[in-house]
Amino acid sequence: MTKGLLDIEALDRPEIESLLQRAKDFQPLQQMREKRLDLLDGRLVVNLFFEPSTRTRISFEIAAKRLGADALSITAQGTSVSKGETLLDTVSTLSAMRPDVIVMRHAASGAPHFLARHLPIPIINAGDGQHEHPTQALLDARTILDNRPSLEGLRVAIIGDILHSRVARSNIHLLSKFGVDLVLCGPAPLVPQELKALAPGVSITYDIKEALRNTDIIMMLRVQLERQNETNFPAGEYSRFYGLRAENLALAKPDAIVMHPGPMNRGREISTEVADSSRSVILSQVENGIAVRMAVLERVLQ
Amino acid sequence: MPKLLIRNGRVIDPANGIDRVADVLLAGDIIRGVGDNLPSRGAEVFDATGLIVAPGFIDMHVHLREPGFESSETIESGSRAAAVGGFTSVCCMPNTNPVNDTPHLTRYIIERARAVAKVNVFPIGAITKGSAGEELASIGAMQAAGTVAISDDGRPVMNSRVMRRAMEIASSFDILVIDHCEDLNLSAGGDMHEGKASLRYGLRGIPACSEDVMVARDILLAEVTGARYHVAHLSTKNAIAMVAEAKRRGLRVTCEVTPHHFAIHDMEIIPYDSNFKMKPPIRCSHDVEAMIEGIKAGVIDAIATDHAPHSVTDKMQEFERCPFGILGLETAIGISLERLVHAGHISINRMIELFTTGPAGVLKLNRGSLSPGLPADVTILDPNSKWTYDVNKSPSKSRNSPYDGHTFTGRAVATIVSGELVWQA
Repeated sequence: MTKGLLDIEALDRPEIESLLQRAKDFQPLQQMREKRLDLLDGRLVVNLFFEPSTRTRISFEIAAKRLGADALSITAQGTSVSKGETLLDTVSTLSAMRPDVIVMRHAASGAPHFLARHLPIPIINAGDGQHEHPTQALLDARTILDNRPSLEGLRVAIIGDILHSRVARSNIHLLSKFGVDLVLCGPAPLVPQELKALAPGVSITYDIKEALRNTDIIMMLRVQLERQNETNFPAGEYSRFYGLRAENLALAKPDAIVMHPGPMNRGREISTEVADSSRSVILSQVENGIAVRMAVLERVLQ
Repeated sequence: MPKLLIRNGRVIDPANGIDRVADVLLAGDIIRGVGDNLPSRGAEVFDATGLIVAPGFIDMHVHLREPGFESSETIESGSRAAAVGGFTSVCCMPNTNPVNDTPHLTRYIIERARAVAKVNVFPIGAITKGSAGEELASIGAMQAAGTVAISDDGRPVMNSRVMRRAMEIASSFDILVIDHCEDLNLSAGGDMHEGKASLRYGLRGIPACSEDVMVARDILLAEVTGARYHVAHLSTKNAIAMVAEAKRRGLRVTCEVTPHHFAIHDMEIIPYDSNFKMKPPIRCSHDVEAMIEGIKAGVIDAIATDHAPHSVTDKMQEFERCPFGILGLETAIGISLERLVHAGHISINRMIELFTTGPAGVLKLNRGSLSPGLPADVTILDPNSKWTYDVNKSPSKSRNSPYDGHTFTGRAVATIVSGELVWQA
């Protein structure tokens, strides 16, 4: 990783392994009374969020503070963006104030890649449109490794709106690099067959039972109604065919774990019973987000 | 009357079956003739030894942005880019502001071009008023004013009934109907070709079928109405198969392809670089292969650039916010030589047809050959000289080309319009 973190696709396996290992070092800190290190003392992390986000923004903010850095969060509504300034001008103005890194979320796929081509400041992608959400995939991998000895050979089902999901894309790239058997499942318009070409080891089914059978890890995706300004599937029957409930969860391995990047739609893609069960590691994902983002910030700012 | 003798070049004039070393004599703005050792008395001499002398190249699909978008291009700047690119004639699309949907505006463009343009400019008029797809524009009156074809390029006529009526009118006036084939419902929100690359980059797709269904509809309407119908910037395998079938059945259907659609496929684009964003989008490799096959098989009638200047400000944005379109006039010959001729797919003679007799035939323009008495438009090529495209030196007012910095083999070295040398390398 030379500069920033734009996507998982460009990372190689050793880079990912070392980030996950470093995140593991930071995990115990989260339970301690004194949580602050001074590894990034005096550095400034700017969180620039052009899309509403609570958990990712706060998670980065906490991660920066636990490393001793200063953190500043900007939500783009109400800034110069609304005055018609271009993205490039907004971010180059901001970088003239010499922060050490910009953590950015933007609704346009590739927005951080575009900026990274024109600006020298390191950029960490905190989610770009429908493209990637690299720290989410890293925290998901960290969470899986807390429950399994290795990623190799696992069967992982990702269920929901794959087409529009940056979480799915980052996870597919990461898990594929570790030889995971990936099954994608959801309504056909949201799970196009060409996704099989995204990475090795990807298969597709439109039958959730087939996706769940014998699986180790179940990743449920939020059905992103805010992106659906068009008819992609019959909304009334979504949970009947693609919702995770106790009875279809029983098809998975007995120790299978259930993950969700949040925010959840209880009763739509996941039943409350499953979400709150002992199989669910959803809150561990949130907790691991801080350790993983500490590892990423440390790496980028080293 | 000033004379220009182009001496000792390899003259390739497909319309007249000429391919040999000869002289070409221009007298005033008219071609006098092609012959051996023509007398140079009183004529300025252009030594074309080692070069190819061809009829003036015609680009039947450009956007000159004037009136309305002069910060991106003007008739003057765009025509200079055309001259540098070896084109002696261009046809400008009507999506200006206001839209060219009246004889008044057609005349304005023609007069403005007469005053400032380096090359011949032939306006294309709108099919519907404001290209809004509802009420038919004054098609006959625009034709009388000098419009050479009609098109709602960029804003395709979605209402099939309106398109049918437009074709009936066009057929009765014998004016060509050009369609940018895109079902706007199927392509809505799309930024690049729908396929493996769009899925990888998380960009919304413009599916090939959004082009195919409109080509299918239009061909059926062309059959019903008897209109002369032309597919603009055709880009898909299925669309070309339908055009081939329409031609086989004797319909008056033609098509053009842009250089970028036979040169680049979607896995080769630089992700999120807006210089690769245009409509139709860069398609996948089997579509690119189908374009080359279509050129070889004679299904494709013309190469046209779809020269679409956009200002740097507009193109320096998030990919999905950037407007569609790239420059094309200065690189068309270089790309065609590289991808078609030097790659061994077609002869240079066939390439010249695609830039001369091809578009002239589609538009029924009395140009595109070196026949005596025709306007003295000549393009002189050096097919082997190496050169590197530097978009910052372009006479265009815009800079949106994916070919900046690319080294080509072969180019136009001189462009002669109405007997006047308007550009020389």
